[in-house]
Amino acid sequence: MKLTATERLTLIRNKHRPTVNNYIPLIFNRFIELHGDRHYGDDAAIMGGIATFYSMPVTVLAQVKGRDIEENKRSNFAMPHPEGYRKALRLAKQAEKFGRPVVCLVDTPGAFCGIEAEERGQGEAIARNLMEFMTLKTPIISIILGEGGSGGALALAVCDELAVLENALYSVISPRGFASILWKDPTREKEAAELMKITAEDLIGFGVAEKIIPEPAGGAHNDCQLMADNISEYLFEAVKRLCAVDSETLLRKRYEKFRKIGMFTE
Amino acid sequence: MGLEDLFKKVKDRFNDDKAEAAPKAEAVQKTETAVKIETSNKSDTGGVKIPDNLLFKCPRCQVTSYMENFEKDRKVCSNCNYHARLTWKERLELTADKDSFNEFDAEMQSQNPINYPDYADKLQKLQKTCDMREAVITGECTIRGYKTVIGIMDSNFMMASMGSVVGEKITRAFEYAAERKMPVILFTASGGARMQEGIISLMQMAKTSGAIAKFSEAGQLYITVMTDPTTGGVTASFASLGDIIIAEPKVLIGFAGRRVIQDTIKQKLPDEFQSAEFLQENGFVDIICERKKMRSCLSRLLKMHNYVKIVE
Repeated sequence: MKLTATERLTLIRNKHRPTVNNYIPLIFNRFIELHGDRHYGDDAAIMGGIATFYSMPVTVLAQVKGRDIEENKRSNFAMPHPEGYRKALRLAKQAEKFGRPVVCLVDTPGAFCGIEAEERGQGEAIARNLMEFMTLKTPIISIILGEGGSGGALALAVCDELAVLENALYSVISPRGFASILWKDPTREKEAAELMKITAEDLIGFGVAEKIIPEPAGGAHNDCQLMADNISEYLFEAVKRLCAVDSETLLRKRYEKFRKIGMFTE
Repeated sequence: MGLEDLFKKVKDRFNDDKAEAAPKAEAVQKTETAVKIETSNKSDTGGVKIPDNLLFKCPRCQVTSYMENFEKDRKVCSNCNYHARLTWKERLELTADKDSFNEFDAEMQSQNPINYPDYADKLQKLQKTCDMREAVITGECTIRGYKTVIGIMDSNFMMASMGSVVGEKITRAFEYAAERKMPVILFTASGGARMQEGIISLMQMAKTSGAIAKFSEAGQLYITVMTDPTTGGVTASFASLGDIIIAEPKVLIGFAGRRVIQDTIKQKLPDEFQSAEFLQENGFVDIICERKKMRSCLSRLLKMHNYVKIVE
């Protein structure tokens, strides 16, 4: 039975929901983490590196939700600063150079809102990723694991194919933020979640996502291994398929995927 | 050429700029009386009704001046130099050569992707009051004889938030310019993504940024002019991607809203936080240009990129 958006919201906030720290060792054979944006620092909210996936090297970019308060403090609750996005771009460019596909694991409430983030150009960092990822000459696959919060998620989701875990959500702003701004009442969060059309099925309907990855009964936290297997199965097929496409066609299709999204009359 | 000569030349050019600016309107009277009139508007003016549009109170420095003088000064605060918001028509008039503007996609309007209650009504009302179908006007015009594609966002239209139409019009403007080897100048202003259109509005950030990537490959010039306020998803997409980024003095530019940041860090932010000057200091704005010099700044940049004057 399909869950409502509100039920899914509760589910993805479950503290036992697996994070990239659970998935990466289960999906990839070997992961070598690479640090830093070469300009300012290293942002633990986005982890990046090279991994082996069925004996093929891939670049992994992953937003890190902590499994406990210590991990969360380190990774800032998966809310990246500009240097996180710039690290992601550096590693994506590296992947392009060495012909590796890029796998982005998206799980964030949004880009961090703070003084330092503004001083270091949060807007510019996200914008640059959107532009550069659009013309990156290597396959990009993004998977939304839990929360896909706004521009902070999109900065790792300009891709050839977007897959969404069955209960994951992807939205222009959090339902709480939506209720707070449009209705001046953050307590109407649930109502907002239902209205906003943010579930995996909605995303497929809008042409925003291409694939739903099924979760174990009751949610990913009930069987992390099975969840990882489902992700691997999808990824194996997608990597194989996209790596077979020549880069001109790949880029044209990527552009068209976003180019056609919009609902208007004229 | 000696250094002295060079300095003289630069200085002469600079004075040319000044000469071209319209004669400065008489100094705005920001007397105490003006403030008093405004504050005592309701009760104790002895029955004299003061019209709402008589005075301008600057949102940056809070000083009040006569609307008439403020308007003569192209809506720039004479006290602090804050460059106030303009309607798209005012902006066009100050920027484009007379009668040179040809609008694109004038009839395009939004649908209601998430069936947000009353969205259609709200759009319809704004279309009437703002005399535009959506929050951005795009087209082509000449600026001192140089032909360019231009886009002007108008914050009066739902805070110029970006939904399907804003995204589509801007994308088409870049595609049009890339095909014809033309430059693009965008005057940005926005509260961010149009939440009423849900995820569709978020996707416009990717769509417009993609269009700029392609446009850039065509080797053409894109100038952003950030005006008050440029924030959220627009800052995090096409506004930040100009080859050259200009901002008007004192305007608000940022990613996150001031209130959101204040709530996160639980302390008051300094006044200059997220101002054009703050952005320039941090390395995100090339030029801060006053409104009265904007036309000459833009036309000079177009010339320096080898675009040819088509009208004398």
